[in-house]
Amino acid sequence: MSTLLEVSGVSVTFDGFRAINNLSFQIAEAEMRAVIGPNGAGKTTFMDIVTGKTRPDEGRVIWGEKSVSLLGMNEAKIAQAGVGRKFQKPTVFEDQSVQENLLMALQNKRGWLAVLRYRPSPEDLVKVVDLAEKIGLKDQLFRKSGELSHGQKQWLEIGMLLAQEPRLLLVDEPAAGMTPAEREHTTDILVEAAKTRAVVVVEHDMEFVRRLNCKVTVLHEGAVLAEGSLDHVTSDQNVIDVYLER
Amino acid sequence: MKRSFIAKNPSVLIFLAILALFTLLITVMSEGFGVGGISTSFIKTLGKTLCLCLIALAMDVIWGYTGILSLGHFAFFGLGGYMIGMWLMYERTRLIVVDSLAQAEIPPTDGEVIDAIGNQIFGVVGSSDFPLIWAFADSLMIQLMLVVLVPGLLALVFGWLAFRSRVTGVYLSILTQAMTLALALYLFQNDSGLRGNNGLSGLQNLPGVTASQDHVSLWFFWASAAALGGGYVLCAWLVSGKFGSVLRAIRDNEARVRFLGYSVEMYKLVIFTLTACIAAIAGALYYPQAGIINPAEIAPIASIYLAVWVAIGGRGRLYGAVIGAAFVSLLSTWFTGGQAPDINLGFYTIKWVDWWLVLLGLSFVLVTLFAPKGIGGLIDIFTDRRAAKEAKQ
Repeated sequence: MSTLLEVSGVSVTFDGFRAINNLSFQIAEAEMRAVIGPNGAGKTTFMDIVTGKTRPDEGRVIWGEKSVSLLGMNEAKIAQAGVGRKFQKPTVFEDQSVQENLLMALQNKRGWLAVLRYRPSPEDLVKVVDLAEKIGLKDQLFRKSGELSHGQKQWLEIGMLLAQEPRLLLVDEPAAGMTPAEREHTTDILVEAAKTRAVVVVEHDMEFVRRLNCKVTVLHEGAVLAEGSLDHVTSDQNVIDVYLER
Repeated sequence: MKRSFIAKNPSVLIFLAILALFTLLITVMSEGFGVGGISTSFIKTLGKTLCLCLIALAMDVIWGYTGILSLGHFAFFGLGGYMIGMWLMYERTRLIVVDSLAQAEIPPTDGEVIDAIGNQIFGVVGSSDFPLIWAFADSLMIQLMLVVLVPGLLALVFGWLAFRSRVTGVYLSILTQAMTLALALYLFQNDSGLRGNNGLSGLQNLPGVTASQDHVSLWFFWASAAALGGGYVLCAWLVSGKFGSVLRAIRDNEARVRFLGYSVEMYKLVIFTLTACIAAIAGALYYPQAGIINPAEIAPIASIYLAVWVAIGGRGRLYGAVIGAAFVSLLSTWFTGGQAPDINLGFYTIKWVDWWLVLLGLSFVLVTLFAPKGIGGLIDIFTDRRAAKEAKQ
């Protein structure tokens, strides 16, 4: 399988603090990866770099089969290229209905003229209903998303991500604040998504990571500490020292 | 679910119907075309109010829907007025000059006519030469285009610089205030080419038109009503559908919109420029009814009033902006026009001319604190109750 995203030798410094230190990371086209690590390990900063929010001091971020650099692109361009991101806190547009949220995310032209002329096609509306079904919000399509429960908002955001049809999904703590049943459903959605695209999940919860059943990358002080199966990394002495035992 | 534009915006039809009825009523009551009863000066006040409602719509789109608190949209309003004012003043002066030179024994040359016009217009600032910016003042067509082009270009350049650097929130508000202040200060100068603090005057007289002001005032009233109606439909169209969805999303969380792949800066620039053009058209209709425009009109405070109108009327709902602008500006005319009776407290007399601003400021604070949805929010309560009733049945 060919590599979709290659991050190599990336470093970022905030006010003298080295948040990311010579980090290298690769993910293939249809792969699930869990990224774990203690607070301040650089997980969120890593996502910020890939999505264009933060510019690294050095290093390369190479994308896709044409090997384009993502470093020269802004957030919107990177998102258009196929990188979707879910934030830690569910950020849906609370003032708008579930349908409006999904329609906005749906893979379509993003230019203002095209959007101004846009009228939802029957296919688009069917796609929205399908997505809503997948995330368990089919009956809530016309509700304001601000009225949804915390778990439902998380799903709506995941649904919006899927609607974007990204080739790489970056998911920050998807299971935070969810009930066990909701977690299970979330796992299913993510595993299903990883069959056709790359999915990177940042998570604290070991149980959740175990259920994802995928390769794990452990970050520590802005660099990769260990990589491999969950059993492999949890038996690594370095990992036990800095993370698990603390 | 696919729904038509009107079904999604029930307020459009209601608004247009009320506006048409209002226009008809005023016409019937007018001195020019009707039975009389409403003075021509009051018709001008009403016509001007309609223009203020139009710029309030623009303000609501940029602030209430997109979340950009622009405190500079009166600069575009004023510039629109200046652009149409240049033609009105040039053409009227030309007709007067040609008229007076017609009695001369030797027919005047074109150059002499131009010089005489220049003398008439710029004598007050100690000059007689036409500045470069008056190059097209003799063409109504071009000046009408400039009404939209000049403010539109200013908004485009300003917006491009501001949004590209991701200036947001209160910093952008301050920047827009600086823009309108800088423009006002520039126009105050005698050599700005627009007659300094004298401004342009006599704009109520349409060149070559012999009809009385009783009639002209109604023409402008109708034009203002038509512009407001058209503006309402345009704004309703902009804020509904997916474009409106993106605008509201930018208001609520612009970073998230970027990660969805939308170029937030581009959308902001488009809506800033578009609302600037709407403001400019409103200004071009306003000042011929006011009769005079000078740089004081685009002082920073004017744009702040605009925000106050929209806040009191209820932002994020188009009818709210219209209600706020009409209500507050008419009330302001009443209070500051000396018509409101003073209140004698024995030890102190409240003169409304002085106290109106205090009242306005107080109501702004009260609305912000206790009724963030403004007057328009009252209508929401009514429609929500009806919707709840229908849902029950």
